[in-house]
Formats: sequence, structure tokens, C-alpha cells
Amino acid sequence: MATEILMPALSPTMEEGTLAKWLVKEGDTVSSGDILAEIETDKATMEFEAVDEGIVGKILVPDGTEGVSVNTPIAVMIEEGESADHIQVSAAPAAAAAEAPAAAPAPVATAPAAPKASVSVEPDYPDGTEMVPTTVREALRDAMAEEMRRDDTVFLMGEEVAEYQGAYKISQGLLDEFGAKRVIDTPITEHGFTGIAVGASWGGLRPIVEFMTWNFAMQGIDQIINSAAKTLYMSGGQMGSPIVFRGPNGAAARVGAQHSQDYAAWYASVPGLYVVQPYSAADAKGLLKQAIRDPNPVVFLENEMIYGKSFDVPKMDDFTIPFGKARIWREGEDVTIVSWGIGMSYSLQAADELAKEGISAEVIDLRTLRPLDIATVIRSVQKTNRCVTVEEGWPVASMSDHIGSEIMREAFDYLDAPVLACTGKDVPMPYAANLEKLALTSTKEVIDAVKAVTYR
Amino acid sequence: MAAKRATRKSNVSKEELLKFYREMLLIRRFEEKAGQLYGMGLIGGFCHLYIGQEAVVVGLEANTEEGDKRVTTYRDHGHMLACGMDPKGVMAELTGRSDGYSRGKGGSMHMFSKDANFYGGHGIVGANVPLGAGLALSDKYKGNDRVTFTYFGDGAANQGQVYEAYNMAEIWELPVIFVIENNGYAMGTSVKRATKSPSLWQRGAAYGIEGEEVDGMDVLAVKEAGARAIEFCRSGKGPYILEVKTYRYRGHSMSDPAKYRTREEVQKMREERDAIEQVRKRLLEGDATEDQLKAIDKEIKEIVNEAAEYAKESPEPDLSELWTDIYVDADASQNA
Repeated sequence: MATEILMPALSPTMEEGTLAKWLVKEGDTVSSGDILAEIETDKATMEFEAVDEGIVGKILVPDGTEGVSVNTPIAVMIEEGESADHIQVSAAPAAAAAEAPAAAPAPVATAPAAPKASVSVEPDYPDGTEMVPTTVREALRDAMAEEMRRDDTVFLMGEEVAEYQGAYKISQGLLDEFGAKRVIDTPITEHGFTGIAVGASWGGLRPIVEFMTWNFAMQGIDQIINSAAKTLYMSGGQMGSPIVFRGPNGAAARVGAQHSQDYAAWYASVPGLYVVQPYSAADAKGLLKQAIRDPNPVVFLENEMIYGKSFDVPKMDDFTIPFGKARIWREGEDVTIVSWGIGMSYSLQAADELAKEGISAEVIDLRTLRPLDIATVIRSVQKTNRCVTVEEGWPVASMSDHIGSEIMREAFDYLDAPVLACTGKDVPMPYAANLEKLALTSTKEVIDAVKAVTYR
Repeated sequence: MAAKRATRKSNVSKEELLKFYREMLLIRRFEEKAGQLYGMGLIGGFCHLYIGQEAVVVGLEANTEEGDKRVTTYRDHGHMLACGMDPKGVMAELTGRSDGYSRGKGGSMHMFSKDANFYGGHGIVGANVPLGAGLALSDKYKGNDRVTFTYFGDGAANQGQVYEAYNMAEIWELPVIFVIENNGYAMGTSVKRATKSPSLWQRGAAYGIEGEEVDGMDVLAVKEAGARAIEFCRSGKGPYILEVKTYRYRGHSMSDPAKYRTREEVQKMREERDAIEQVRKRLLEGDATEDQLKAIDKEIKEIVNEAAEYAKESPEPDLSELWTDIYVDADASQNA
């Protein structure tokens, strides 16, 4: 009986991949465990093995096809004596390379697609600058590479950053260019290497510490807060810590409670730290370059779900974005939606939907949580008289709480409705797909909140 | 792995002995004065005195060179005095005044001096150990032959991050000397109650790090062991561990009644092993005179009294200081 071989999901966040190379051909007999093909995910090239024995009847997706969606049939296995002639190609590859640009990934499961248009009222680069489609992943890598070229005291350390080329491929190619002295693989010892990096920053270097996820940084949080953030103060201004701590933050996709926490509000509460959480690739690049140059410790929160997302990045010799400057993605009249990081994807999608119903939303991306550009939020709320905040973290002692209280203090008389917060639910992250979806905030929640504050 | 070695005390000069005497006495008198000021309410919070352990830092600092670094715990006054920081600035920090090394914002446990390559003054037990390894990484990265002394106690020696730092220091061959000041008690818990491993320095063997045990009440033994450690690190062989057996005469901090040990135990140590007395005796056995030593005593007393007066007179920090030194001004530092 013929059996379809489906495009496998080879990582928690993989939605599609490239069928790089078949290692078998039609008519070959294969045994369980034989390698059938090489498949490139957004993170790595993986070998794909046969599960059962049989004969390769037909290859449905040829070598080099990009954008093959998970679960697309890629080949058909037959048994001995069976003919492959009758096999029909049941499904074409989801997207051929020619139809979609290689850099544009499919929308990820829990994050809506990027909006078509983005508007910034205060551009970060001159009008007419050439724009290059770039993924967030590439933007982060480019930022580090450019700064490492510029300043030889900048180095990267973390788990799997060098020889493995990065657990999420962010540091791909850096070892080749900069060598093992400046791209340092650490043992799995967050507590220890976080402290070592802070010490190195006092010794005149500019370390970039990659955490495989911010969840693991809890092992080293004492060094981030007690050693990096407080020493300048405790030393009466003598000893700052020029260091960047970076890595993916918040939920990925079904990786469970211990790997899915959003730390934005935790770190944003600490004086002495700067806290950055970019959404777009341009912001990722400009803000990471700024972070590496800054003489203070910077917590740089990324999101695995948007590493593969492509955005326009200005082509400039030196593109940096100052901290504490929010970006207005979309101007509007009826409500202000405030978010940052992955929350922006829900916010922008909600604004698109709301526009269809005649509700005009202004969408603000805070970009940095410390310093916080609260002035831009207040100005917007004075215009719209309503505000909805969107964040992935837990609701208690959240950034949303802080923003809401600032608005109440600075713009109380302008408010026509309470400030509503769309946050992660007050529970540890569940594994089950339906429960995880429920635990995260969503585009629908943002739409509902906007309708509530606009009394629609 | 190095073993305990005999001390070659014969070739020490009188000048060197006098220097050790003076430096150790400065720490002791300074700490006694700090204890008095604490009792008078002029020093607040936690105050951990170094009395009894003076030979450790004085012996190790005897071999250091310009650019060598040091980082320690909250029991840090002795380390600062031994590396040449001004007693007035240290005492003024203890009293929380604007002329203190941290302008009154650090206190007893948190002082720093970039000029003296003194990197603190850390209050979280064990945390300064990876920090010291990181300072050593910066020197290795820059390609110089400077070394970092990373001091911690027998209590910190049970912290996990110490061993994470050992492991990375050895795989990256960092020029760091881990100095375990084993004074027998982690606050009120004796070493015997905290671990069954009889020797703390030998734990380094699990990571491939060499080291040795040193008599920390004998400043000459400390100096010699320090010389071996420095030579090892400076020549690029990686980290080295010194477990220095010492004793603190006072409680863990000023508020510690020290009920976990007997008065007799302390008294016996003071009478039979005291580091300053050992040097004093040796000097008097040589051609030093009582008068000569008395002159030093008097001089030290004056330095300490002067520091105390300075620390009382120095104004409290201006209230605006609350809001300074939280961030380095990026523009200013880039122009610097």
C-alpha cells in the first residue's frame, strides 16, 4: 500500500522549510533509519530519516524547493511489487521559490502576519533611504557583526554561539569571521558565565551575552541585577558595566511553562538597566547596535516567533536608534494601542480589522521599556482619549499596570474610558495547543478591548 | 598538584618585616576604630571586620604589580588598605559620607577604586568569584600578563557558581588566583558542619586546577605561596587556588554574638598564632627595638585617628546624589 511521506516539523516553531536535497531516488529500497533527505529549517539543516522500510515510489517535491509547508506530501513510499505509476501528485508544494521571496516566512501559528503598511511619523532614517528586506534573525546578526568590526573589545559569548552557529542561528557566520577569541562557546553554566561577562565588562571589554532563552537567564539574574545594574551606583559612578544580555524572550510555540515566560516587566523594573524589546528587523538592528555601544548594561529581549519574519531595513553604513523613542506605526483618532515586541503583531492586525469597522486606532511600539517613551503615549491618549495596552507577560505588576498608572497620573482628565490591558493570562504556560492559545493574548482580545473602550 | 610546602623564612629582610608589621597593624587598628565608630552609631548597617586575617591580604599584596586586579567579598576593608587605598576614603565610606570611595552610596560592603584596580566589595556570597574570572578574561583577551586575585570565604566555597567559574577559568586558562580565606566559620556555621570534604582547595582538582593550602597566620608563608601562584598565572598556565587557613577574632559582623565557638578557642588563636605578634616577635629577635615598633604603633594610631576624624567631618552626600550614577551618560562616555 502506498504511504505518503509528509514534510516534517523539525522545530517547535517551524511552519515551512526548504527541501534542500534528496538522498534517495525513485526506485530505491530504504530501511527504517535511512536518511531520505536534507531539510533546511529557519534554524538548521536537518537530516530526515525513513520511519518504515519500503521503496521510494515517487518524489513529489524536487530538490531545492523552498517554502514547503509542514505536512505537505513530499514523497510516496510503495511496497515491493507495487507500481508507482498510478500515484497522483496530491498536493503541490505550498509555495514555490519563484512565487514568494525566500526571506518571507509563512505566518507563525500564534503570531499574526505583519501589516502591509507601516507608518512612522518620526522616521529613524532619512527619506529616500534604500530599504532591504531582512529577517529579524539576519538583522541581529548584522548588528553584532558590524559592531564587532567597529570595536575589537566587543565579543559574543553563550551556549552554542560559535561552532554550532547559534541555537537559533543568530550568530551564524560570526565564528568564521571573528574567530574563537571573540565568539566564545560556554559550558551550560548561566550563573557562572553571566558573572564572568560582567567582570569582563569592568575590565574594559564589551561583552554580548547570548542566553539560549531568557528563561535560562534566571540562573544568572543575580549577576544581571546585583552586579551589572547596581555597581555604577554602588561605586559612586566609578564602574559601569557596558554589556548586552540578549536572547529570545516569552513564549515560542508549545515549549511549556519553564521555557515560555516574558521577562519584560521584571527587568524594566530595575534602575541601572536599559530594557529593549524590538518588533521589526530595522528596530532589532538599530537598537542592538545602540545597545552594544551603550556604556550601560542592556537587557535585549527578542522573540523566537519573529526571528524569521522579514521587514524592510534601511541600507545605511551606520544605522542606530536611540533608546527611549517610541515608534508610531499607524496614526489614528479613536483609540491608542500601546505595545512592543511580539505584542505588536496582534496590535497591528487588530488595527487593520478595526479600520474595516470604522474604528481608527493609533498603534505605538514602545521599542524600549526602560527608558520608556511615556510622553508619546500621553500625547496620543490626549488625542484619542482611550488606551489599550498589549503585552505577552503576566497581568500582575505588568508593564501595562505601569503604563496605565502613568496615563492616569498625566492624562486623567482626557480619558473617556478606563485603560484596558490585554496580557498573558495569570497562569503558568500550558503545553496543550488550545490552552496555550488561550493563555496568550490575541488579536481578538485586542479588538474586543478596543470595542469596549470605544463603547461599540 | 602542589602540596603544603615549608616556608623559607630565613631570607626575609628587616625592612620587609617592618613593612608587613606596619601594613597588618594598620588594618587591625583601622578595624578596631571602625568597631568603635559602629558602637557610636556613626557606621550603620552591616560591618564585617577583618581582625585576625590581616596576614592574608598583606602577604598576597606583597607580590603584586601595577595593573594586577583584586575583587573580594563584603569583608573588604583590609583588602582596600592593603592595595593602597586611602584609609580616610575608606572610613568616610563606612560613615556614609560624601568623601567616601563610593561617595557614601556603597557603604562597608560596596567600595571600589578603579585607580587601585580594586573591583569591590560584593555582598552576595559567591558572586564575586565569576566576576573575578571575568576580570581575568579581560586581561587575557587584551594579551597582557596581569593577574586577578579573587578572594572569597569558606562559606562561598560551597556556592555553585564558584565551580562554574573554576570550570571556565580552567578551560579558558584565565589568569585568576582564587584565594579561599578559610576562617573556619561561614557566619555561624563551622566548615565541618558545612562540608564533609576536608580540603577546599583540593576541589579544584575536579576541574584540573592546581593549588595549595597556606598557613594564613604566617605572612611570610602567604607571601611565598602568593609568589608561586602569581608566577603560575602570569606565565599563562591558567588559574591557581590558594586555600589560606586563617581566623577572624571578631564575630561575622558587628551584630554577631559568636555563640558558635568558645571564648577559649578565640583566645588560644590570639595568643599562639596571631600574625602581627609573630612578626613583632621576629623583629625583636632581630635587631629591631621596642622603641622602633612603638614609633610605628604611634604612627598607625595617628593615621587611623585622622581617618576617623575625616570620616566624621566629611559631609553627608548632597540629596541630589540620590539620582546620580544610575546610568553612565552615553554621550559623555563616547567622547571620553
